[in-house]
Amino acid sequence: MTTLEAKPPVIKLPRRRRPKWQKVGLGGYIALTVMALLSMFPFYWMLIVASNGTEEVSKIPPTMIPGPRFFTVIENVYKVVDFNVALMNTVIVGFTVAVAQVLFSALSGFAFAKLNFKARRGLILFVIGTMMLPSQLGIIPLYMLVSGFGWIDTLNALIVPALVTAFGVFWMRQVIDAQVPNEMLEAASIDGAGVLRIYWSIVLPIISQSSFVLGLFSFLATWNDFLWPNLVLQSPGSFTVQVAVQQLKASYFIDYALNLGGAFMATAPLLLLFVFVGRRLVSGVMDGAVKG
Amino acid sequence: MSSTAVNDSPLIDKKGGRPKTSPSPWKPKKNKKEREDFPGLRSLNGKWGYLFVAPFIVMFIIFGMFPVLYSTVIAFYEFDPLAGAGGLSLEGQTFVGFENFIYLLQDDRLYTAIGNTFDIWFWSTFPQMVISIGLAAVLRNRFLKAKTFWRTILLVPNITSVLAVAIVFGQLFGREFGIINWVLGLFGVDNIDFVEDPLASHIAIATMITWRWAGYNALIFLASMLAIPDELYESASLDGASAWQQFRYVTLPGLRNTITFTLIVGTIGGLQVFAEPLTLAGTTDGGSTHQLLTLTMFLYDSAFGASSKWGYGAAVGIIITIIVLIVSLVNFLVTRKLASGEAK
Repeated sequence: MTTLEAKPPVIKLPRRRRPKWQKVGLGGYIALTVMALLSMFPFYWMLIVASNGTEEVSKIPPTMIPGPRFFTVIENVYKVVDFNVALMNTVIVGFTVAVAQVLFSALSGFAFAKLNFKARRGLILFVIGTMMLPSQLGIIPLYMLVSGFGWIDTLNALIVPALVTAFGVFWMRQVIDAQVPNEMLEAASIDGAGVLRIYWSIVLPIISQSSFVLGLFSFLATWNDFLWPNLVLQSPGSFTVQVAVQQLKASYFIDYALNLGGAFMATAPLLLLFVFVGRRLVSGVMDGAVKG
Repeated sequence: MSSTAVNDSPLIDKKGGRPKTSPSPWKPKKNKKEREDFPGLRSLNGKWGYLFVAPFIVMFIIFGMFPVLYSTVIAFYEFDPLAGAGGLSLEGQTFVGFENFIYLLQDDRLYTAIGNTFDIWFWSTFPQMVISIGLAAVLRNRFLKAKTFWRTILLVPNITSVLAVAIVFGQLFGREFGIINWVLGLFGVDNIDFVEDPLASHIAIATMITWRWAGYNALIFLASMLAIPDELYESASLDGASAWQQFRYVTLPGLRNTITFTLIVGTIGGLQVFAEPLTLAGTTDGGSTHQLLTLTMFLYDSAFGASSKWGYGAAVGIIITIIVLIVSLVNFLVTRKLASGEAK
């Protein structure tokens, strides 16, 4: 308000001053480069160890270039545990959970953001409140529940409890609240569109970008989950990638080449995925931050 | 059909009745508060709201709330999964009252786990905060080249599996042949045992956590820095503020909410650290002197480790929850006090 009045006299001075605080020094680029290298190094290291074998890497100074043994190591990984089955299981679980979370979260997020019902305020506060609870609190009864349903050692044990999350609903409520204009909903409603039609033809198309990001995050979280799958999966046919990687440790001595080969196998698909969706994840994280 | 209509009618009456009644003195205030949210599509009555949230609420009660509530029941039993009727049944289990909690409070492992967890939390939170804010300050710069590239590459660590990362870092931190000890050796430091030494092992875990989250949090801080209006910097710059002074007096105050948010989220996450210490220690009991036993590992070890004391494990879960709630409350109070202190 006051800035508007003050603008004409002020506007020229800061223009001249601007470059003074906006230069990126060499130090800035060095810091970013160091962080970027540190961020990528563990992945590179997986490849180095997996392709050279443990003995090569135990030399001092250590080898820093990939060696010839990569495929031998990967073969050894397959001898311990069938990674293809694990990859398939993980994709099935991850995809189902991602789609379900988006659908359920958008549905209730829409209701919490835009629909009028008596328990709305109470329910959303309740949902936010439960987000504070640590996730392992209920792990023992959840195990009992899942075993009561006969789901131990099946993918159902991973999928069904993960279909809805408080976080997803909260996130979708924020997104729909911010992105879907009320006037549009009112107008559609006056034109005679029912609430289902409004949800399907107006809300969903507007939030498609954000839905994609939420789906990605659910997929990544499922892919990387370890505690719960390790608990409920027992036979190689139902293993997910993380549990499969854990099997490599179970042999009597720690074979680092084998272990890092497995870690590489568990990570490479994500890195590949990241090449295509990295930018959207970045904007997803940053959008979420402003609202949070 | 008829049943929903019956259920709905009182709601319709209330919704329809509200605008028509003359506002009592306190009513406008309440309405105003509700207006901050969209009051809801007026043409639509209540049933759709309930219908839309129903799938979520039902699933959430079964798989989210019920286990949490039921674990408080189990915590009062000496629950042996091999005895009794199986499933959720309490049949055949012995009710022991507060005994689990009494034993727990006398169990040294609890205090070791609390100490370890907070030590790891400390070493992973504060250095990371400095790194993230520093990175964000560089990323915020309008003249930065290849913006998207930097932002994207910093997020890579965050998307990868905790387990895979723990395995790699476990090797990097190796006592004899680990690269980190080799690098430290170049500076004349003796080989450090990053598994057996308590402080070193905590710093190793903290490094994994920092590596994973520093870039992510930098993006959060960046988003919040971009929301600080340029005019503030321009007028500070006009007043002759140096780059550091602008950071100290314009950027940092603007980040206060985000810092709180990151602290709370980081604390809740930090109290749940599991895969990293498990991988580094190699056992669920946290190593030879329990030096890597965190609270979550303690829960896991009690319930699913060498012995299956589910009642005891549930009691550990309740202690974790109490700690989370206390820490969140302290966080909240401290930030509020800081906020009001600065307002003066």
